[in-house]
Amino acid sequence: MNRIVIAGAGAAGLAAVETLRREGFTGTITVLSEETEVFYDRPPLSKQILAGEWDADRIRLRAPAQLAALDIDLRPGVRAAGLDTARRLVTLSDGTDVPYDGLVVATGVRPRPLPDDSQPFIRTIDQALEWRKRLRPGTALTIVGAGFLGAECAAVAARLGCAVTLLEPAAVPLAHAVGEPVGRMLADVHREHGVDVRTGVTVTSLADDALSTADEVLVAIGSIANTDWLAGSGLDLGDGLLCDEYCAAAPGIYAAGDVARWHNPLFGVTMRIEHRTNAAEQGMAAARNLLGAAKPFAPVPYFWSDQYDLKIHAYGHLRGHDHFEIVEGTLESRRFLATYRRAGRLVGALAVNMPPKAIRPWRQAIATPPPSAGSSSAALPFAGSSSAASAFAGSSSAASAFAGSSSAASPFAVSPVVEESP
Amino acid sequence: MRIEFDEPKCVAAGQCAMVAPDVFDQREDDGVAVVLDENPGADQHEAVREAAAVCPAAAIRLVEE
Repeated sequence: MNRIVIAGAGAAGLAAVETLRREGFTGTITVLSEETEVFYDRPPLSKQILAGEWDADRIRLRAPAQLAALDIDLRPGVRAAGLDTARRLVTLSDGTDVPYDGLVVATGVRPRPLPDDSQPFIRTIDQALEWRKRLRPGTALTIVGAGFLGAECAAVAARLGCAVTLLEPAAVPLAHAVGEPVGRMLADVHREHGVDVRTGVTVTSLADDALSTADEVLVAIGSIANTDWLAGSGLDLGDGLLCDEYCAAAPGIYAAGDVARWHNPLFGVTMRIEHRTNAAEQGMAAARNLLGAAKPFAPVPYFWSDQYDLKIHAYGHLRGHDHFEIVEGTLESRRFLATYRRAGRLVGALAVNMPPKAIRPWRQAIATPPPSAGSSSAALPFAGSSSAASAFAGSSSAASAFAGSSSAASPFAVSPVVEESP
Repeated sequence: MRIEFDEPKCVAAGQCAMVAPDVFDQREDDGVAVVLDENPGADQHEAVREAAAVCPAAAIRLVEE
């Protein structure tokens, strides 16, 4: 293998590049980037950058000297436009093409627009800096969509003195992601900070009456995987680029980050994860497998969110849970740890303002497949401590995690399952 | 190898403490990372590089000396 192309210069692309070099790959690495700004961090865009607390320079993922040491053929402003798997060529937006022996697809996602929408979103650094200028004290800001991005922007805007309205089609914001009790608690916190949270409001157009009083409208209704350029390539596209448990989409073609829908053997399902840590971990895993490591990628997904004085950490695959339980603290105190189960199995945990050492054993328990995994047990090749699994899932043993738990409720004990209240 | 830790950037994810527990820990109250050894021995270098790579806040910078 002499030529590797990385399509995308975000966190996943950077992790892939660095891993290739760390693993000793000395051939040509070409990195394609639709944006002219490359290798910067996105989570701060809706937090410190929007709030004006950090300069753009602060979110560069690597110093210029570090990037130079990677010796990459970087093409800023040139995106991947097409793929010919038979000839192993990536067609570029500037009309040229580049051959590859190995390809990592890390083209990410783009914000989902309203049909008549040309508003700037908060996905790129330029857009975040533009929004920073728009948010002034007294600005009437309406945010369409109360997902994590919309909610974080609402929190920042409220703190900047904007009059914020947050619109959400569901009855409870984030209920599908974190469950109704936590979603209700988060909505309450926003209301206490002066945000007008309106649920059951579906906006399908910028001309909607619900937006008529707004000075500014920020649309945050999810995202679309950037797979358009792969149409006609023969690769399996759906919601993302479909990959196996090795993050492989086809021989020599791997995917990582927001764009990848891969089979996570730890949970026995395919998933596409738009989390910052997944981008880095999957970029590393894809690069290693491209070089022949042949290790399944079976992480416990993780994300965090900052809203007002709440620090939210979530581990696992919470979507589709059928049971929810507070195992430590209370919703009212805004200091708690909740668990999520599906068909009796622990699949997720969410902590608000809890010390890390209370969270860690639960994460470890999620990373440990149940002993009686039934028919899916064959798909869990590294339930023990193989290096890839332990590196991504946390390397402390179940025994030490258990011993370190100061919580009265133990993740390894069979705890009563409480039905989520309707 | 020297570790430069940008503490205000830390989001308390704890990835570093899990990947390289001999070099990184977390504060008990808020989970912000603590560097236990700013000049880790060679036996820790691989784990530390992994920790820097998975840090979701890009708060860990390594200076290879």
